[in-house]
Amino acid sequence: MATTKHTLVALVEDKPGVLNQMASLFRRRGFNIESIAVGHCELPHLSRMTIVVGGATTMVEQVRKQLDKLVDVVKVSDITGDKLVARELALIKVKTTSATRSEITQIVDIFRANIIDVGSDSVTVEVTGDENKVDSLLDLLSGFGIKEMSRTGRIAMTRGGAGRISVKKKPSETKPKK
Amino acid sequence: MKMSGAQILCESLAKEGVEVIFGFPGGAVLPIYDALPQYPQLRHILVRHEQGAAHAADGYARATGKVGVCMATSGPGATNLVTGIANACLDSSSMVAITGQVARPFIGKDAFQEVDITGITLPITKHNYLILDAGLMAKTVKEAFCLAQTGRPGPVLIDIPRDVQMEQVEFHYPRQLDLPGYKPTLEGHPAQIKKAAKLINEAQHPVILAGRGIIISGAYAELKQLAETAQIPVVTTLLGVSCFPESHALSFGMVGMHGMAYANLALYNTDLIIAIGMRFDDRVTSKISEFAPHAHIIHIDIDPAEIGKNVRVDVPIVGDVKRVLKALNKLIASTEHTDWLRQVEDWRKEHPSIEIRDSTSLLPQYVVSKIHEVTKGEAIIVTGVGQNQMWAAQHYCYDKPNTLISSGGLGTMGFGLPAAMGVKVGRPDSPVWLIDGDGSFQMTIQELATIVQDNIAVKMAILNNGYLGMVRQWQEMFYEKRYVATPLSCPDFVKIAEGYYLPGLRVKRKEEVVPAIKQAMEHDGPFLIDFMVEPEENVYPMVPPGATLVEIIEAPKKVEKAISDSAKLPVSNI
Repeated sequence: MATTKHTLVALVEDKPGVLNQMASLFRRRGFNIESIAVGHCELPHLSRMTIVVGGATTMVEQVRKQLDKLVDVVKVSDITGDKLVARELALIKVKTTSATRSEITQIVDIFRANIIDVGSDSVTVEVTGDENKVDSLLDLLSGFGIKEMSRTGRIAMTRGGAGRISVKKKPSETKPKK
Repeated sequence: MKMSGAQILCESLAKEGVEVIFGFPGGAVLPIYDALPQYPQLRHILVRHEQGAAHAADGYARATGKVGVCMATSGPGATNLVTGIANACLDSSSMVAITGQVARPFIGKDAFQEVDITGITLPITKHNYLILDAGLMAKTVKEAFCLAQTGRPGPVLIDIPRDVQMEQVEFHYPRQLDLPGYKPTLEGHPAQIKKAAKLINEAQHPVILAGRGIIISGAYAELKQLAETAQIPVVTTLLGVSCFPESHALSFGMVGMHGMAYANLALYNTDLIIAIGMRFDDRVTSKISEFAPHAHIIHIDIDPAEIGKNVRVDVPIVGDVKRVLKALNKLIASTEHTDWLRQVEDWRKEHPSIEIRDSTSLLPQYVVSKIHEVTKGEAIIVTGVGQNQMWAAQHYCYDKPNTLISSGGLGTMGFGLPAAMGVKVGRPDSPVWLIDGDGSFQMTIQELATIVQDNIAVKMAILNNGYLGMVRQWQEMFYEKRYVATPLSCPDFVKIAEGYYLPGLRVKRKEEVVPAIKQAMEHDGPFLIDFMVEPEENVYPMVPPGATLVEIIEAPKKVEKAISDSAKLPVSNI
């Protein structure tokens, strides 16, 4: 079956242990996660999480359903087919010499990236964009020697209007069975 | 008024209608135990090992439909619950497990009897909590009980540090819950129900495959109505046994690895499976790639994640089984499937899977059938795991709802005795028979002391073959009879009973079986019978692991006979 990268977006309760619950779920069900990014969002007490997972659609659907079963996961959607904006940020520390510094600076400019730190034998580049852009920049810079690199993983949102992943906070309507 | 965390816990349990707690005390739960006498409505039953507490709570939950509660101290007390919690999780049993934890300042310091039980039970609970503020106690208990018994039931663990149990705070029991991430779907989608009805009304060879969801949701009448209206044969999973009266003309017994040959044949040759409240476990489907090759599948379950997990599904319906069936039944046309029913009935005649062979020796199947005869099918049967479990499932005819309590998903040896204890506590007016193996029974044998101390009138039948029988059977069939680590030297169970101040009997011959069962039933209290059965008897029919459902090994007189070729009929020929 064809495997493609899927982007899942989840709203989760901002409680200790939630990330652990999700990580444990991925591990024990054998789901292979490419990246996971999490941080506060516009709603108090909730965090928004972007998960990139590669696999057959049926497997990704299992990931979504299993995540949805976690009590602390308020909502989760596969937004892969939607029109979306997706970005990631990378910090890249590149080896430099006086001979290469200007060439590196040019490349960084072309990519509309920034140099955010300069050392005697290195510069640190900050780049934001989709994975292709980050990959391409990395590819070009790798010729100079990369000393350190860190990527955040994808964060994503659907374009325009109200997002598919938003929630009005209200008390749950579930009542215990008599 | 201010109350201690421990008092708030007890108040909250009482408000949730808890009647019994199976537990074992220790340092980190002492404040709770100290508060317990103020709440006489909370009966505490002291087990002899925490695993017994968890299984007892599980058995109680299954037998009553209420939440079973067990309690243990921190560290080893908590880890001893783990098997029982996992067992409840795999079989969707509603349970709340309460554990003590070291005081907050000691957490994370490897303190005496400290263990990260919320971490350990993360994958085997529906949800769990570590309460770090007594002010959250009442809310947490209410949430835990809601989660345990709604939607797909499951175990919830609450871990409470010792100092939180002693902390004094105001007590308010919340009226409403705040669980934005938890909204089980109860009503089936009308369009899906319509699609399902269309498939059912058009099917030529339909089969209903019913699981424990029927029992959990209490959908016995709805299931019967569906089966009778459309004249559809009903087969069940192991945990679905007793969701449909087995003496009903449309009942074709249990499917799966040790299911009835005719049930498996029906499932293989059907053109429509109506799967209700079950999850296509590998013991049911056997070789998944050749499962029901000609069939459309309608899958009704409350857990959306079960749909499409193991088999492809044509019409998924997420919802409470009872509500979905109620809605579905309105759209079902009265039909006759005369030819199809005759075919399945013919298979039943050709493959009488539960016929007991004629033998002078004491056969375990014979014992089970006599327990059925003498109890007139009125008993609730609780089993261990292994051959005893399969014979109990096959040879007792379950006509009354929810009368087989067994460990399905986890297959936990040692489940039987403590679970039977919980069942009897929850259903004191029903006769409760434990059918166990000599291996399983010895795993939790210490609970004999509990049933004696609390006079829990469980009748125990040990099918004693001196082997870990199911493992031995596999070694016989797949490892050329190399019986490694399966011969079992057993204690004298009658003397063991005597040592626990219990009456007991040993039965070696066929003619002693019925009188012994009668004597056990007439005795007012727990009673043990040690049946010395044929040592190398096998469970048949059997679908070998990895085979398709119709590669069935049947063995009257131990002659292996594969019936696969003749059974794989093209649908048009039926």
